[in-house]
Amino acid sequence: MSWLLLSPMLIPFLGASVAFLAWNRPRFGQVVGVVSAVLLLITSVALLLDVHANGIRVVQAANWEAPFGISFVADHLSAIMVVLTAIIGLATIVYSLFDINRERTYYGYYPLLLTLLFGVNGAFLTGDLFNLYVWFEVLLLASFVLMSLGGTRPQLDGTLKYVFINLLASALLLVAIGLTYGMTGTLNMADLAVKLPLVENSGLVTAVATMFLIAFGIKAGIFPLFAWLPASYHTPPVAVSAIFAGLLTKVGVYTLIRAFTLLFTQDVGYTHQLLLWAAGLTMLTGVLGAAAQFEIRRILSWHIISQIGYMIMGLALYTPLALVGAVFYITHHIIVKANLFFVGGIIKRLTGSFELEETGGLYKASPLLAVLFLIPAFSLAGFPPLSGFWPKYILFRAGLEVESYLIVAVALITGILTTFSMTKIWAQAFWKGTPEGAARPVRGSRFRELRALYLPVMFLAGITIVIGVYAQPFLELAQASAAELLDSRAYVESVLGEGAYDPVLALTGSELGVAP
Amino acid sequence: MNSLILRVVGRLLVPLMLLFSVFLLLRGHNEPGGGFVGGLMAVGAFGLYSLTYGVATARKALFVDPRTLVGLGLLLAVISGFGAAFIDAPYLTGVWFVWDLAPDFTLHVGTPTVFDVGVYLVVIGGVLMALFSVEDD
Repeated sequence: MSWLLLSPMLIPFLGASVAFLAWNRPRFGQVVGVVSAVLLLITSVALLLDVHANGIRVVQAANWEAPFGISFVADHLSAIMVVLTAIIGLATIVYSLFDINRERTYYGYYPLLLTLLFGVNGAFLTGDLFNLYVWFEVLLLASFVLMSLGGTRPQLDGTLKYVFINLLASALLLVAIGLTYGMTGTLNMADLAVKLPLVENSGLVTAVATMFLIAFGIKAGIFPLFAWLPASYHTPPVAVSAIFAGLLTKVGVYTLIRAFTLLFTQDVGYTHQLLLWAAGLTMLTGVLGAAAQFEIRRILSWHIISQIGYMIMGLALYTPLALVGAVFYITHHIIVKANLFFVGGIIKRLTGSFELEETGGLYKASPLLAVLFLIPAFSLAGFPPLSGFWPKYILFRAGLEVESYLIVAVALITGILTTFSMTKIWAQAFWKGTPEGAARPVRGSRFRELRALYLPVMFLAGITIVIGVYAQPFLELAQASAAELLDSRAYVESVLGEGAYDPVLALTGSELGVAP
Repeated sequence: MNSLILRVVGRLLVPLMLLFSVFLLLRGHNEPGGGFVGGLMAVGAFGLYSLTYGVATARKALFVDPRTLVGLGLLLAVISGFGAAFIDAPYLTGVWFVWDLAPDFTLHVGTPTVFDVGVYLVVIGGVLMALFSVEDD
């Protein structure tokens, strides 16, 4: 059974090493990439089903007892994230078959992409704080190279900012981890959940919690720590942008959720209030930034930021319903956001430009692409019955329930402005006639030639529709993960064994998380 | 670099360094040493060789491309963890074989050794890849 839990890490890593071994056969690398991605999707879905049926699964790597060794834990949230990673991984690898040129393939594009998936999955599954740092390094190193691969001037410019700010965040994370170890003598997350409430100097715990918030916040791109994201995400090839946009900031969001539900819930009034402010400002600044942009990839990059705000809002409200909304939002967002980048790439292929001014006439020339854009775009804006509607609805209700009217108002405004941005792309690239200075005339969808680009888009658009129309199973999964997040007893006991949670119970006298 | 002293000393030192790197590799696990430091020592040997006789000769002396070494090392490291499947333990659990070769000598060979060899190869390949490309310019 332990092998199923570890397979989301082992499969991409095996794939990466095989592809790396055959570095001088780029075609072979492509095959290995696709095969690993398919296997990854199958095993991660199996893992999710297993977790849903049998509860939290745990593996103690190398058979070292927790809390001394490294535990890998799959609860609902982790398993959902792993499945999403696999979906985006598969879509990206298929998209890359056409989008990534020979030179980049030759310099190890596919092994690096698999290494990235390896790091992302590791970060989702690890149950150890220091090990989490290591997974962050794995995925960052892969992403550094992916972002700069090809070495065009804007790429290097973007990469430099990206590398610098992320290394800064990693250093801060490491310091925070060191302080945590100093306070508690352990880094196993389940063990920390038991020992952090027992630390006498609670002010220090809150200070360390704030450090984690900043470190993870930089990686998630929350206000005011997001400047690196719009400066770098539009520079690499579309396939790379898409997987970064879909997955990487969401690793930050995942770690924020993990840290502020399992570990740092001692001073919810302070930490989660801080998160709530960050969430509101993230939404607003992100969407306003997008409104000022006229390049498709830049608009989409700014929208990542505003969407992160919704997820953080769910975490910050810290009620069962709000967490359901946050998890559901992540599910919907990862798929939609990557898909919009893919569509943007096809727009560039057809019209020759990412600039809205130079594009046009796509509605007439390619109704297929128009539909494929409308699905994720309206889903992002939250139109029913697409996938974006449900999580937004849940979050609004959660906000109204605890009478946080301000954040709900901000979220509503953000939603309206998101619609504005999406209609901007729609009106400019699709409805408008072909402009004077167009790079090249649009000749149909060119489906036959670009099928490697269209297929992932259709795949993801299909998932968006399924989540929207048939939301019940996804809602159930989100509810199950929210329940696990709010009551860490199951998590702690499945890692450390029966009775390990008792010290916390004795201290708080209650089994449930307390809402602010 | 065309220096008589370097060439003479290099010819003497390179085999010694390589031998010592293997010694460090095998000594690891329970005593100071292991794949990483052993790999660095081997890199030192090839680095010295490339300084003395040029990068092209050093590449030839390595037989395989550094990139292949990295891939091979990664693969060995991953595969070594699968040994645990045979004793029904979690991934990466060490599986040891013990031979009593002589009354006062017992040989322990296990999957962690294979893992260490993997690290050794990755370090050699990775660092030499960087070193050669810097020296090429």
